Amino acid sequence: MLNYDLVVVGGGPAGMAAALKAKECGVESIIILERAETLGGILEQCIHTGFGLHYFGEELSGPEYAAKFIDQLENTDITVKTDTMVLDVDDNNLVTAVNKQDGLLKIQAKAIVLAMGCRERPRGALEIAGTRASGIMTAGTAQKYVNIDGYMPGKKVVILGSGDIGLIMARRMTLEGAEVKVVCELMPYSGGLTRNIVQCLDDFGIPLKLSTTVVETHGKNRLEGVTIAQVDEKLRPIESTKEYIECDTLMLSCGLIPENELTKNVGISIDRITNGAVVDEMRQTDHKGVFACGNVLHVHDLVDYVTLEAQLAGEGAAQYILSDCAKETEYVSPKTGNGVRYLVPQKVNIKNGNDVKLYFRVGQIYKNARVVLECDGEIISSKKKVKLAPGEMENVVIPAATLAKMNSDSTITVRVEE
Amino acid sequence: MCFDVAVIGAGVIGALTARELAKYKLNIALLEATNDVAMGASKANSGIVHAGFDAKPGTLKAKLNVKGCSMMPAVCADLSVPYKNNGSLVVAFSEEEMETVKNLYDRGIANGVPGMKILDKKALKELEPNLSDEVCGALDAPSAGIVCPYELTIAATENAVVNGVEFKRNCKVEAISFSDGVFSLKTTLGEIKAKYIVDAAGAYSDEIAKMIGDNSVELVMRRGEYFILDKAVGNMVSHTIFQCPSKMGKGILVSPTVDGNLLIGPTAEDIDEKDNTSTTANGLNTVKTFSVKSCPAVSTRNAITSFTGLRAHPVNDDFTLGASKVNAQFIHASGIESPGLTSAPAIAEYLADVITNAMGEVEKNDSFNPVREEVFRFRHASDEEREAAIAKNPAYGRIVCRCETITEGEIIDAIKAPAGARDVDGVKRRTRAGMGRCQGGFCGSKVVEILARELGCEVNEITKFGASSNILFDKTK
Ligand SMILES: Cc1cc2nc3c(=O)[nH]c(=O)nc-3n(C[C@H](O)[C@H](O)[C@H](O)COP(=O)(O)OP(=O)(O)OC[C@H]3O[C@@H](n4cnc5c(N)ncnc54)[C@H](O)[C@@H]3O)c2cc1C
Ligand SMILES: Cc1cc2nc3c(=O)[nH]c(=O)nc-3n(C[C@H](O)[C@H](O)[C@H](O)COP(=O)(O)OP(=O)(O)OC[C@H]3O[C@@H](n4cnc5c(N)ncnc54)[C@H](O)[C@@H]3O)c2cc1C
Repeated sequence: MLNYDLVVVGGGPAGMAAALKAKECGVESIIILERAETLGGILEQCIHTGFGLHYFGEELSGPEYAAKFIDQLENTDITVKTDTMVLDVDDNNLVTAVNKQDGLLKIQAKAIVLAMGCRERPRGALEIAGTRASGIMTAGTAQKYVNIDGYMPGKKVVILGSGDIGLIMARRMTLEGAEVKVVCELMPYSGGLTRNIVQCLDDFGIPLKLSTTVVETHGKNRLEGVTIAQVDEKLRPIESTKEYIECDTLMLSCGLIPENELTKNVGISIDRITNGAVVDEMRQTDHKGVFACGNVLHVHDLVDYVTLEAQLAGEGAAQYILSDCAKETEYVSPKTGNGVRYLVPQKVNIKNGNDVKLYFRVGQIYKNARVVLECDGEIISSKKKVKLAPGEMENVVIPAATLAKMNSDSTITVRVEE
Repeated sequence: MCFDVAVIGAGVIGALTARELAKYKLNIALLEATNDVAMGASKANSGIVHAGFDAKPGTLKAKLNVKGCSMMPAVCADLSVPYKNNGSLVVAFSEEEMETVKNLYDRGIANGVPGMKILDKKALKELEPNLSDEVCGALDAPSAGIVCPYELTIAATENAVVNGVEFKRNCKVEAISFSDGVFSLKTTLGEIKAKYIVDAAGAYSDEIAKMIGDNSVELVMRRGEYFILDKAVGNMVSHTIFQCPSKMGKGILVSPTVDGNLLIGPTAEDIDEKDNTSTTANGLNTVKTFSVKSCPAVSTRNAITSFTGLRAHPVNDDFTLGASKVNAQFIHASGIESPGLTSAPAIAEYLADVITNAMGEVEKNDSFNPVREEVFRFRHASDEEREAAIAKNPAYGRIVCRCETITEGEIIDAIKAPAGARDVDGVKRRTRAGMGRCQGGFCGSKVVEILARELGCEVNEITKFGASSNILFDKTK
């Protein structure tokens, strides 16, 4: 058995930033376990630019953004094991992993950072009727075929779901010479970033059909076409709007699901809305010494926020490992008000002493609305927003001074006012 | 060269029959139209080992069902196929349905089904607390079980091949002629000669029979749609839960699978095409509505996939087994709808008897080995077994499918096995790579790579399930 102060599960941007921050805070032995052949997580296949605008102030591609952290890691004594899959984390912080070289690895950790990212919602979960032809795949899989393997997964493409990966792939496939016929989105709004709709669809003349879904797939061997239809306000397809579209590929970009199998095995509480762990402001879960950050905690649209969040987790883990006596804690759970679907963190230690940023997403599109933070009946901030959309993560800051005045009966609410 | 027997169709019937015939010194060919075994009804069914109270007493169906059910545990043990004796319950929702339950009980007794009991509501709810409060009682058949139908077919084929059967894939029989006591089969792989034919072509067995001028089998295609739910809800029930049967069959069931998922379905809808395995919005809705009646907590929010199976329903309502009236060397194995999977080991024995009796003196094959070695499954292995396996072959240390924890070593084994996998779905059925909650989202491309490497071809030649189901087109610019 091996012993490490900190074991980081997942070597994407979240895992790397958490490990680096923990090192900076003085943690001695750290190991990152990554299932893929390389570090970088999902960034490795995102060869488009649009990463790092907030964090580095420059537009980088996914691999470039990842490389900045990989370079930093090389200058530390952090151990990295790639091609290594974590199979289990038990409730005594014993991590079991496996790879070709070492076989089974048992690692006893003082603290653990979970940074496993997320996976895409597959066809089966979408209940699309029809044949089982080849050519139906998630947009992320298609992205890997094109960008990593260098093969075209299709020539005439319909994309279901306007998540960012779908939008990015619409552009990518077009640039590679494929014909992207339409992007269908079930909801009356897109789940993707506005900038991606403009740069990936509008600029290429690819139609985006809102309140539209794919109801059936056709073709016995390779996909030959799909039937699309508009949906009513209860999201039921409207028979009279059915339309056949010839295509050989259907790409699904219908949402991401945090990879929380390991988290659930430890018995950590999961938030029903985010599908990620319930955490405090340092991203510690309700299992002491286990932290979570990045897409495994809640789906982020921008990697910059992943990095910031992971640094909190790294710092939290360092505090946990290095301080003998536990810090004073008194928790308040912020409440979601009108229009706010979830808040991360779900618990705030009011003795923390620092500003605390609450991240959230809204449930529908709002124009010229206000984001209001109310603590103990007092409006702490009320910020005007030209547009709020489910596809873009928002945040509000609770100032340290406000927290200092609170007690365990205090209330914190975030809401949208129209 | 002339085979003694050509078995047409590598479904569970063809595979087990070929294996049974391999117990004799015979030259046997197993001919399959598609790229893999178990591509017909044998891959898409409920996987239930029925106890045998459904069929009319005196029919082949009744006799072979009960016999097959009792043979199944040993066959599965020999072939290292997952089987579980979980028992089944036919649940009644009214006093009227309780009458049906009693009738089924009587039928079961007539058919020789062991151990049946009629349960009242209290006993039933104690056994299965997640059943609806509307239940009145049930027929409890403890001899019923569950099995993985495609794994049984795959294992039987492997074992048949190891024992000398020649397996030919992409070998579709298109015409048959007969002269000088020998059949000549025109196939997509050229001409094949055989003295005997076993027609185990499932939905197409009527068409094969017509090739020799035998029009005695009449089949109607009946579609059945299902959902597979996530393992997280796999133990909602421990028994297989049937509703009371109707004219169209055994109704919508809720059952655990041997792999720990929950299966709900099938519908029953007569259709015209023999190969229309599409799912439909209506069918899937029916599955939802009726499964909730048995278990209110069932929700397709947990669905990981849906699929369709096609029953070859015989108009005469019984299996057709044995020599054709047109040509005694042509052996029918037709009209094998449910409980065909359950009956398969008994059908195989029955057919082998028919053939060897017709042949007269046939020497036993003394070197026949009924055992298919257990396949290494990382997910089921202990830490020590994992250590040992990785030490022997490091590929067992590389996880490819993370939802189901399948290693590269297992995928390579599946490709290299006798009658091994040639496409992505074939790997999936043999290893479960891609069968988990992400449905191949992550491992799909890796499986394509491994297949191309092991088969020595380009990745864009790899298909999902043979024919033109290619996954990739040309290289990017
Ligand atoms: C297609 C796409 C386009 C995007 N576009 C942009 C953009 O333009 N701009 C932007 O800022 N952001 C973008 N993002 C968002 C950003 O890339 C993600 O938010 C970020 O990568 C999430 O980081 P992560 O570390 O949480 O997860 P990931 O990057 O997914 O990393 C998780 C890592 O954990 C590993 N792992 C999981 N389970 C295990 C285990 N059991 N054992 C070992 N390792 C494990 C995985 O292999 C993976 O490497 C995009 C995301 C995608 C998918
Ligand atoms: C929805 C459904 C649910 C069922 N549930 C159960 C159950 O729970 N329990 C149970 O006991 N039974 C069940 N059954 C029945 C069982 O699945 C079948 O009886 C059994 O699989 C039939 O096997 P088979 O080998 O006859 O046919 P198949 O599996 O269909 O095999 C026929 C094979 O022949 C091949 N073939 C066809 N034409 C040609 C040709 N010209 N040349 C060469 N090859 C050819 C096909 O490609 C195919 O591989 C169910 C069936 C269905 C459809």
